[in-house]
Amino acid sequence: MTQNPDPFDGKRWHDMGGDAAGPVPTDQHDFSLWEKRVDALMVICSSKGHFTVDGLRRVLEDMGPEAFETMNYYERWIASVNQNLIEAGVYTTAELAQRMTEVAARGPTYGEASGG
Amino acid sequence: MPHDHHDHLSPSGHPYRPDDDHPLTYWQQMEIAIREILIEKGVTTAAEINAQIDAMDARSPANGAAVVARAWTDPAFRDDLLADGSAASAAMGFDIGPMKLIAVENTPDVHNIIVCTLCSCYPRNLLGLPPDWYKSRAYRSRTVREPRKVLAEFGVTLPDSTQVRVHDSTADMRYIVIPTRPAGTDGWSAGDLAGLVTRDSMIGTGLARSPADHA
Amino acid sequence: MVERTYMRVRPDMPPGHVRTPAYLRGKTGWVERRLGPFPNPEELAYGHKGNRLPVMRVRFTMAEVWGAGAETPDDTIDAEIYAHWLEETDPPHAS
Repeated sequence: MTQNPDPFDGKRWHDMGGDAAGPVPTDQHDFSLWEKRVDALMVICSSKGHFTVDGLRRVLEDMGPEAFETMNYYERWIASVNQNLIEAGVYTTAELAQRMTEVAARGPTYGEASGG
Repeated sequence: MPHDHHDHLSPSGHPYRPDDDHPLTYWQQMEIAIREILIEKGVTTAAEINAQIDAMDARSPANGAAVVARAWTDPAFRDDLLADGSAASAAMGFDIGPMKLIAVENTPDVHNIIVCTLCSCYPRNLLGLPPDWYKSRAYRSRTVREPRKVLAEFGVTLPDSTQVRVHDSTADMRYIVIPTRPAGTDGWSAGDLAGLVTRDSMIGTGLARSPADHA
Repeated sequence: MVERTYMRVRPDMPPGHVRTPAYLRGKTGWVERRLGPFPNPEELAYGHKGNRLPVMRVRFTMAEVWGAGAETPDDTIDAEIYAHWLEETDPPHAS
């Protein structure tokens, strides 16, 4: 984060070109199945016109810098995909709420909860 | 990245992400729920999701390397690639999708490097998913202000006589760098040359390998 | 040498989803190539059908963008800027 004691000037957190930052990190991870599924859902739903890539970005931006620092990439993406699908009327919050509770009741791991 | 687990490494030497055997996270719970609802509502199917994952898995820097190696060996193709990167790549069987691909060419006088300061736009339909560093705050922030320092961290030091051209992917374009063909490769086939083209050399954070390194 | 068309990026700082990076606002560069038209992302982001706009790849010198503190003044940055953010202008005095 840049140290900026001045009042907010309109430059948003995600618009980071030119900010001071440390060395470029070299860690690399392989994508897990659930991350690939999030990626696939984004591509499929946007290609079918349920939302746009800019809609995806808009929600990611509005989630703020704290989400950028505390959630990983595909966690932020699924949160944004969900927000866009609800805004588009593809399903309701109530439908999601009930299904999430059902999912969690299946078991404590991703494999059990996703039914394999 | 609070969810990294470095205790197990995959065959590629990278840590696995938490997955089937790890405790279910809130966001995974949401992904499962959304996927099931979308399938029930007929928005998509399990087969379509699997096919999309397979298509993404099939994309890798090898695709871009084939394009670059052809540009090195086929002057007419090089001209086509510089004129319309999407069409030239499609002609080799690599469908770039709705985004337009622009190829930018390194020369002894010019070095190109790609970044997306606003998010993490990447030529994913040609090269596969981006490396983690490409999405990092440090790379996105610093590349437009101090590209030579960033390049030095990747082991690339350019002479002052080489101009650095940074490309910030701010809209609908995606970029691939055509690195400089390494010396000592006269007469090499496109297939052999492709083995010298690294992912980083096509983003501009690296150079193509020299035959000596390759041997 | 081909005559360059210079463009100044509007210095506006609106809220919301915008694809013009803040570090380029108020800066002057020249048109590297013209693209598009593409739908306006500022409208697409909110579920509207985007107005189709020309997009220009504008090239800026590091000296123009970062001033005296530029790492290497003659290095350049190219960015794709939607037409409503651009105003044609005279070349900067420095060049």
